[in-house]
Amino acid sequence: MASTDITLHQDVHHNHDAHDTDHDHHDQHWLFKYVFSQDHKVIAKQFLITGIIWAFIGGALSSIFRIQLGWPQATLGWLEPFLGKWVEGGKLSTEFYLAMVTMHGTIMVFFVLTAGLSGTFSNLLIPLQIGARDMASGFLNMLSYWFFFLSSIIMFLSLFLETGPASAGWTIYPPLSALPQAISGSGAGMDFWLVSMVFFIVSQLLGGINYITTIINLRTQGMSMTKLPLTIWSFFLTAVLGVLSFPVLVSCALLLIFDRSFGTSFYLSEIYVGGEALSNVGGSPILFQHLFWFLGHPEVYIVILPAFGMVSEIIATNARKPIFGYRAMIGSMLGIAFLSFIVWAHHMFVSGMNPFLGSVFMFLTLIIAVPSAVKVFNWLATLWRGNIVFTVPMLFSIGFVSLFISGGLTGIILGNSTLDIKFHNTYFVVAHFHLVMASSAFFGLFAGVYHWYPKMFGRMMDEKLGYVHFWLTFIGVYFTFMPMHYVGIAGFPRRYYSYTSFDMFNTMANLQMFISVSAIVAWIGQFIFGFNFVYSMFRGRRASQNPWRSNTLEWTTPVVGIHGNWPGAIPTVYRWPYDYSKPGAEDDFIPQNIPYAQTPSSNLPHEKNLP
Amino acid sequence: MITLAIILSLALLGVILYLLFRIQVLSSVFRGSFNKRVSTSNRVNAILFILFLILGMGAFIWSFGVAKKDFTQPVASVHGKWIDDMFWTTMAVIGIVFFITQVLLFVYSYRYQYKENRKAYYYPHNNRLEVFWTLIPAIVMAVLVFSGWKAWSKITNPAPADAVVVEILGKQFNWLVRYPGKDNELGTVKHTLIDASNEFGYDVRDKKALDDIVQPTEFHIPKGKPVLFKIRSRDVIHDVWQPNWNVQMHAVPGMPTKFWFVPTKTTAEMATETGNPDFKYEIACSQICGQGHFAMRIVVIVDEPEDYETWLAAQKPFSETGAELFAKASETPAAIVSAEKKEIKTEEVKAAL
Repeated sequence: MASTDITLHQDVHHNHDAHDTDHDHHDQHWLFKYVFSQDHKVIAKQFLITGIIWAFIGGALSSIFRIQLGWPQATLGWLEPFLGKWVEGGKLSTEFYLAMVTMHGTIMVFFVLTAGLSGTFSNLLIPLQIGARDMASGFLNMLSYWFFFLSSIIMFLSLFLETGPASAGWTIYPPLSALPQAISGSGAGMDFWLVSMVFFIVSQLLGGINYITTIINLRTQGMSMTKLPLTIWSFFLTAVLGVLSFPVLVSCALLLIFDRSFGTSFYLSEIYVGGEALSNVGGSPILFQHLFWFLGHPEVYIVILPAFGMVSEIIATNARKPIFGYRAMIGSMLGIAFLSFIVWAHHMFVSGMNPFLGSVFMFLTLIIAVPSAVKVFNWLATLWRGNIVFTVPMLFSIGFVSLFISGGLTGIILGNSTLDIKFHNTYFVVAHFHLVMASSAFFGLFAGVYHWYPKMFGRMMDEKLGYVHFWLTFIGVYFTFMPMHYVGIAGFPRRYYSYTSFDMFNTMANLQMFISVSAIVAWIGQFIFGFNFVYSMFRGRRASQNPWRSNTLEWTTPVVGIHGNWPGAIPTVYRWPYDYSKPGAEDDFIPQNIPYAQTPSSNLPHEKNLP
Repeated sequence: MITLAIILSLALLGVILYLLFRIQVLSSVFRGSFNKRVSTSNRVNAILFILFLILGMGAFIWSFGVAKKDFTQPVASVHGKWIDDMFWTTMAVIGIVFFITQVLLFVYSYRYQYKENRKAYYYPHNNRLEVFWTLIPAIVMAVLVFSGWKAWSKITNPAPADAVVVEILGKQFNWLVRYPGKDNELGTVKHTLIDASNEFGYDVRDKKALDDIVQPTEFHIPKGKPVLFKIRSRDVIHDVWQPNWNVQMHAVPGMPTKFWFVPTKTTAEMATETGNPDFKYEIACSQICGQGHFAMRIVVIVDEPEDYETWLAAQKPFSETGAELFAKASETPAAIVSAEKKEIKTEEVKAAL
């Protein structure tokens, strides 16, 4: 990339922060400089671009099945050139429908919102915001991306298998996911899914270990934990969640591999399928669900926490006000992170598990609503009496708060086991998680991309296109997912190919069409973002060093990034990152690396004697 | 030809949009927009937020009114009413929070938009406020949890001893039903005995099987009495889901589950209430189970208790309807030896953790 110069500069000081003792850049082959790069900024961009490509693919899949849901009578012959035998006689194959639903979920949750979100921003921002030359291990970091790439290739290839990709829902419950006789996607497609996910988890673990180590060990002089920007706190906690919970998914997947290919019965018992009684006895499908959701629930917090951190940062910067309740924000993230491990079985209220567990998990789940609410109140208080600049990242951050409120509140209904009897596996659940994940987390992703684009590419994204993108998407997601609640209250189950088999569901056809139109229009609107992203990389307005007038350390590095981040010594940090509009200060922001000694007019009483 | 026309039109559209984009960029440069801290766009976006709030809230309220008749499934069970009431109460509570927070969000965004001469108010924290807005949600959650827990305990407690028992077996892609008959005991079944003529896998040597009513032409249950669904699956996980009764429970292969409830309206009464003479209670599958997942339908008829008894008395027991199976068994007792090896319990087992 022309925007990042990662050759070593003559005048970098090789002092105690030795970062390049193990290789000589002057003779570095382009393969190791640009492809298998160990520079965190390059790796961040690799994750971002891969994530964006996957997002378009995942969105395309959802557009296809929304066409089926919106126009169930239509003949889709025009899709045959693209989908081949998956469209038979003008009708989408019922198995392919489930394959698309499965792959849409898998791609969006894992490849876009986990790798594309954490992978990009943890990599980009951790060294820059804590004041480090690079990650603790550039090598592990490089491996983390390339394992993700390998995982992506395998998952992508699975889309083209004869028997189809995995089709048992992104939650892949056995026995459906264990038995090819039950659905054809559980043949080779499921094998590919499992292998891909194992590599994906390796990637996440390598990354997570790196992020945690770097944050703990490589903070610059003066950067105590309580002077860290909230972005870093969120990436730190996200990495901790990942390192503790992803291995459980590995064990879950491993036992499924054994059941599928090596004759074991961890999840299988007393099955008659495909005209024969299988020999498996003693296994429990519920075991799978416990193992899966033990990761599955922290996973959704892994998705949302980085967005929490980035939005906090962006709102403070653009409201020109300190984030309200910095310590409460840290405390609430700690609370959410801890609680996220002990609520998993709220996905299993009607699974047949002991109802006593239902009571326990309902209680724990509703506790987690409290820190989430606290965060929303703190964001509102940050806006109050601010002086708000509506940059594109700020628009997406405000949109994030709105969508998180909408989606989070319905979580309170679903966390109540009694009400879950009514809503489990209906569109009410689909509406809930699409508002918190597909909308909120995606908005966090967009906010982050627009905000840190100048840091990644040395140029600004176009603002007007950004405004159009924001409003189109904001209206689009609300139009798509708010009506879905009605469909859920009416009891419509999810993952249904069509609703014409039931009198009780043979209604709301107009609403289904409306939802489909909104979804497809919203997806098409993302091409505006795609164009803006690519175009601005080459023809965007060149950025200044600190275009957002922000306090954090990444804006003290040169516009065109260099290997080692700072040309001279790494700045020392004196203050927290939220001195915006401080009374008595010359300007409406004071960066973290400005000593208190230099700002006598704005120092608070307890800061007067600080360096 | 049409394809070509579409591609060319799209290309033309792309060119036009690109030109508009370039014009917009160049005119911003000429106007010097990039030299100012904020441009008029700031004001426009602030106004759009207020418009969004007003129009959005309006659209939400309007759509709710319009959709109400469609999303309301009349409630027809005792616990179903508790669930429905609890749902709407909770919705009212979260509705208030929704309204207040969204209004504050958009009003603050508009009200505190950038003004050149203004400075934001440096107010980093207020710990008393944090405690306050932690405690209030905590108390509200506690109340919700408590009421939810009370109802959950009542719903998931064991069924009364006099409950009408029906077993529903899920399979790809339909539901099979059987009743225990006069002895109130379901006959033993084993998955290794299943075949095309023996869908449940009956061990026909089991005396309890003789009076079972297996796969009757219709599925009836009585109104006003507890009904216990014993739920099983013989292949993958399915889910018994009935919206009017708010009955939902996974059907898990290898682990029988159950759900009991009291229907409060007969099919005829529902037909009157909904104004639809063809009204039928339908059970759907609510757990992805394969390509026929969307078509697993079974109709249930809720009768007045006397009519139910009449219907039940008229059903033929398995000893008659399954006569062939019993005949085969007496001829070749050796055929069932394989099932002897393991005593697989198929009665109600306590759901494992």
